[in-house]
Amino acid sequence: MTAHVTADFWAALGMRTPARIALGRSGSSLPTDRVLEFSLAHARARDAVHAPFDADGVTAAIRSLGFDTIGVTSAVPDRATYLRRPDLGRVLSDDSRAALRAGGIGPVDLAIVVADGLSSAAIHAQAPLFLAALRPWIAAERWTVGPVAIAQQARVAFGDAVGELMRARAVLVLIGERPGLSSPDSLGLYLTYAPRVGRNDSERNCVSNIRAEGLSHALAAFKLVWLLREALRRGLTGVRLKDDSDMLLVTGKPPSALHQFDADSVGGGDVA
Amino acid sequence: MTYRHDTGGHRWTFADLKELMAKATPLRSGDQLAGIAAGSAEENIVAKICLADVPLKRFLNEPLIPYETDEVTRLIIDTHDAAAFAPISHMTVGEFRNFLLSDAATPTVLAGLTRGMTPEMAAAVSKLMRNQDLISVAKKCRVVTKFRDTIGLPGTMAVRLQPNHPTDDWGGIAASILDGLLYGCGDAVIGINPASDSLSAVTELLYRLDDIIGRFAIPTQGCVLTHATTSIDLIGKGVPVDLVFQSVAGTEAANRSFGVDLALLREARDAARSLHRGTVGDNVMYFETGQGSALSAAAHHGVDQQTCEARAYAVCRPFEPLLVNTVVGFIGPEYLYDGKQIVRAGLEDHFCGKLLGLPMGCDICYTNHAEADQDDMDTLLTLLATAGVTYVMGVPGADDVMLNYQSTAFHDSLYIRDLLSLGRAPEFEAWLRDMRIAGKDGRILNHGAGHRLLPLAGTP
Repeated sequence: MTAHVTADFWAALGMRTPARIALGRSGSSLPTDRVLEFSLAHARARDAVHAPFDADGVTAAIRSLGFDTIGVTSAVPDRATYLRRPDLGRVLSDDSRAALRAGGIGPVDLAIVVADGLSSAAIHAQAPLFLAALRPWIAAERWTVGPVAIAQQARVAFGDAVGELMRARAVLVLIGERPGLSSPDSLGLYLTYAPRVGRNDSERNCVSNIRAEGLSHALAAFKLVWLLREALRRGLTGVRLKDDSDMLLVTGKPPSALHQFDADSVGGGDVA
Repeated sequence: MTYRHDTGGHRWTFADLKELMAKATPLRSGDQLAGIAAGSAEENIVAKICLADVPLKRFLNEPLIPYETDEVTRLIIDTHDAAAFAPISHMTVGEFRNFLLSDAATPTVLAGLTRGMTPEMAAAVSKLMRNQDLISVAKKCRVVTKFRDTIGLPGTMAVRLQPNHPTDDWGGIAASILDGLLYGCGDAVIGINPASDSLSAVTELLYRLDDIIGRFAIPTQGCVLTHATTSIDLIGKGVPVDLVFQSVAGTEAANRSFGVDLALLREARDAARSLHRGTVGDNVMYFETGQGSALSAAAHHGVDQQTCEARAYAVCRPFEPLLVNTVVGFIGPEYLYDGKQIVRAGLEDHFCGKLLGLPMGCDICYTNHAEADQDDMDTLLTLLATAGVTYVMGVPGADDVMLNYQSTAFHDSLYIRDLLSLGRAPEFEAWLRDMRIAGKDGRILNHGAGHRLLPLAGTP
């Protein structure tokens, strides 16, 4: 299918970016094979939005890292409602609220919530690896953490309710990001100081694009720890807390000092 | 006051103007989510019938969000120009629609009315308009802005080159910039959404953009779409900032959720202007908006999302932006459910923005959890370009690999230029010719290897 296709001479630059560059053209339009590639990627991303969340598998993987866990659900009954009713995805179900209250958890420095969000595939692939990278930092900083809440049909602000009930100084939400064509399994992190129901998004800090081809688990953990340290020191998160963690990086990598805590769990592949 | 209408033995009542506006809006999931949408198809049309009889003056006397508690309402009321309003002050909303469609509403007349209209008036009349009305009236509104090139001239459409990369890797970003420029895109702005908000990352991107725009004498402007407070900090440190970007919404509380208010926007605009980096003009602000943002921040005050969106344009207006675009399908299906709702919203936003005198572009887009696909984008692009949209997005292959959504591709802008004979900003068009990227007719030339723009991306 190359007749009537004008190729782009800069195709070699395609190595540098996952973006769809140097696609060539048929007249002014995309060539046939490019259109079909795009359609296939879109079909896969659509399927990822609706794939079921393997809460049991994620729970087992996170427990194996040495974290306690607690299963929680939002007020959303099903996926179709989740997509149309973000308000319900921010609210704890009655059962989960009761369970968290009864648990007598906290106070803790950090509550951790693992939420399926818009891509359960992201949680399946990234959440255990990210928490493995984070765990040695938690130990080194001597932060107390609550049991990791494994949350189904949940939105970012869902973490505020969990953090409040755990009497946490800050809440970290790991959430499956909206699937992109090239990234059906990208993880996002949201950090909120003094979580309570009603916090708005300008009061959070975000680290996004955590996946094999994006931000590594080790670097994401480093950034998160920097933000959390600053948040606890200054008593805030959000637009007034800028991520200046890069200033501490040498050659864009986390400091090697991390390895003294637990080199194995960082995952050599990520750092290299 | 209460609004009533009797039809077929049934009395319909609407408690106030806010409820009437919400129920007169074409169906969208965001208003349903907020619990303010019409309960039936008939109620929706009856509300339109009632709204058609409401005098435009009523919007000055019955603010949808209280003057005392919302600085956006205060801005709208305090800057309303009674003299500009005079020619339409006797009209009802229905009469206003007829006027806008008439030959009396010439481009010059419409330009004279912009300061006399409130966003609520624009939103109200849009609710009575069909898609073709939104297109034909918007087409008559012309708004020209300038920084290093001239955007919005009749017969032109600009493109924002959006070269995002998931980790802000400059080599990857530069490859996308080269790709876009060789496809003739970038006259609106080369605008990067950074993956990281860190000062050092944003600073590096701004210096890199400044370098290539200077080195290749590209008549365009660069922007890293970071928070306005970050841009102010960077300007203070002497970093080369062309445009200050900020997302804005139509209520004070929604803007607070974005971490901004009018005073901050003024400070940002003044800071950017102090650098005098524009060569043909000093429109230094770049705003993004989108239906649903106020509700998303629980800051909509029971006002429908399209009216909140029009109020966001009132927020933009005093700062004389170079560019404003609605990011129409980005927010998700809970606000705009499917392609039909996205298309309608895109046309409404463009119409309201243009009527209020803004250089209105559109990020024609959708996410993977909405019921939409690239066919819907083709439809909206074709409609908006027909309506004279100021600019659209150019994303490699329509796939934004950082923000995880689909927009319009560089190719899409070539398609619509061919179809509707649309040129680019003249300074940029001339540069493309000088660089032998486009021919005299504006069409892209077949490039041989070794094009002199190739060093922009470094050595492969």
